[in-house]
Amino acid sequence: MPRLVSHPDEVKIVSKRFGLGAAKIDRYLELGGYQSARKCLAEGPDWIINEMKASGLRGRGGAGFPTGMKWSFVPKQSAKPKYVLVNGDESEPGTCKDHLIFLHDPHSVIEGTIIAGLAIGAKTGFIYLRGEYRYLLEIMERAVADAYAKGFLGKNIFGSDTEFQIITQTGAGAYEVGEESALMESLEGKRGVPRIKPPFPAVVGLYGGPTVINNAETIATVPHVIAMGGAAFSEVGSPRNGGTRLFGISGHVERPGVYELPMGYNLKRMIYEVAGGVRGGRGLKAVVPGGSSTPVLLPEEIDIGMDFDQVGKAGSMLGSGGVVVIDDQTCIVEFALRTISFYQHESCGWCIPCREGTDWLKKSLTRFHAGFGERKDIDNIQYLAENMMGRTFCPLGDAAAMPILGFVKKFRKEFEEHLGGKACAFAKHLDLAVV
Amino acid sequence: MTDETMSIFSPKLAARLDALTAKYPVRRSALVPMLLYAQDEVGYLSDAVIAEVAERIGITELDVRNVATYYSMLRFKPAGKFNVQVCTNISCMLRGGYEIFERFQQELGIAHKGVTADGVFSLEEVECIGACCWAPAIQVNYDFHDELSPAHVPGILAGYRGRAQAEGKGTDA
Repeated sequence: MPRLVSHPDEVKIVSKRFGLGAAKIDRYLELGGYQSARKCLAEGPDWIINEMKASGLRGRGGAGFPTGMKWSFVPKQSAKPKYVLVNGDESEPGTCKDHLIFLHDPHSVIEGTIIAGLAIGAKTGFIYLRGEYRYLLEIMERAVADAYAKGFLGKNIFGSDTEFQIITQTGAGAYEVGEESALMESLEGKRGVPRIKPPFPAVVGLYGGPTVINNAETIATVPHVIAMGGAAFSEVGSPRNGGTRLFGISGHVERPGVYELPMGYNLKRMIYEVAGGVRGGRGLKAVVPGGSSTPVLLPEEIDIGMDFDQVGKAGSMLGSGGVVVIDDQTCIVEFALRTISFYQHESCGWCIPCREGTDWLKKSLTRFHAGFGERKDIDNIQYLAENMMGRTFCPLGDAAAMPILGFVKKFRKEFEEHLGGKACAFAKHLDLAVV
Repeated sequence: MTDETMSIFSPKLAARLDALTAKYPVRRSALVPMLLYAQDEVGYLSDAVIAEVAERIGITELDVRNVATYYSMLRFKPAGKFNVQVCTNISCMLRGGYEIFERFQQELGIAHKGVTADGVFSLEEVECIGACCWAPAIQVNYDFHDELSPAHVPGILAGYRGRAQAEGKGTDA
């Protein structure tokens, strides 16, 4: 069972029911559950979208797109059915927040999905979990069945004449399916290759119908936004970044865990106070601030607020909120190699710059880490990565290239130290690997 | 497929797959879960599994294979009864994922994608399994084991070996 952690600086909104048995519907109701959905049913779509816009809630999957605005793009009238799609394919290395949501508060996901459906006029919502999360899918399916039994889902939700159905779905192992259009392909029973955009999902999505697709954390946040009121939620965070975030701090810290902190919370404090600092009193070498695809930050760059805008200004991204802390006994070339090995494995092969780029980057970095690199390889790695950027259907190409660019630019000296057949100064792992 | 006797699956699984085809607005949406649930029972996607799934969905076997080869959890060869999946991605790597993987290799005497001679275990190095804050972590089939050190490995294996033996005896009786 994943260990829950806590810290006095936390502001528990989304995680407030964690550890309280709220996976059981009666307990969820005792803790104020399904009040927001009832309220939204009474107030109607325009009111919901206005509250969401006022909340400043931005997509928790990584892109940070304002949720209220996304919902408002769905046409009011549509010949084809509209859908809500919850992305629980959580696969970005460094990210395990949705894991806890499904485990501890599955009804918040259901309630958020109902509210999104009411906002856009959809009658069906899908909750898609990655295949590895089977035990969590079983928890979600139990929760959905309980919500049907109570009449919160079905033909007449909460005794109204509004219909809303929820269908759960399992993946079967694919990072790429976390990309919204690839997820829709997968849900349609196909290979999870991305679709070209436009058209965007809000216009042509699942089964060709207008579709809102949100990350599971975003959806689980929605009932709390409604309960608090959009304006009050917005005040918790920093400007243009409403609310809190489930930050997952992993790697070389004393107290790794998922902590709910206000948007804009200082990254340095997050590492040294909340997570207890670098493990074993070692020095800090680098921080990956928002999942493996976000460019690395140096120790002198971490005195920043963790919101989409401030991390962007620092040259990286808030991404999925997965903070990976790297100590000074770690080889950055090896870390870069492990990172690109992942993207090479996960590239679906649809777009050539991504398929070939990740493969050549992996080959170059493997050779480099083994001590057979040449000086020109450093520039070649950078050149390859730069030429993947923006040249693929979906962001996987960028997600693979961005971190590598960061490592090469910020740790060039460490790459140079691997030249001339010199042994890596740190313990090696990847000669074991079959990555 | 309404005639149960035609199915290669257990009656319970066949009923579950029947329900799956009725679950979605479009039948084909049942494909990926159907393959995974079938694999859970049969152990891998045999030719017979693919043929039956193709018939249930109403698409060609080639179409099924085309989709199945995309997903990393789906396999075309038998794995062990207990498939040990060791995450070595960044968060796990930083906290000893490779040391865990190495210990499993030593204890089981098999490498990546290997299966033990008795068919009880198989071993895989896998990508991120979503347990980064509880690293290093592994999955055995669908069970998570987290915050591991190499010293935990023999105990984990003993637990599953015991289950395999108990279930084996159950079958004999």
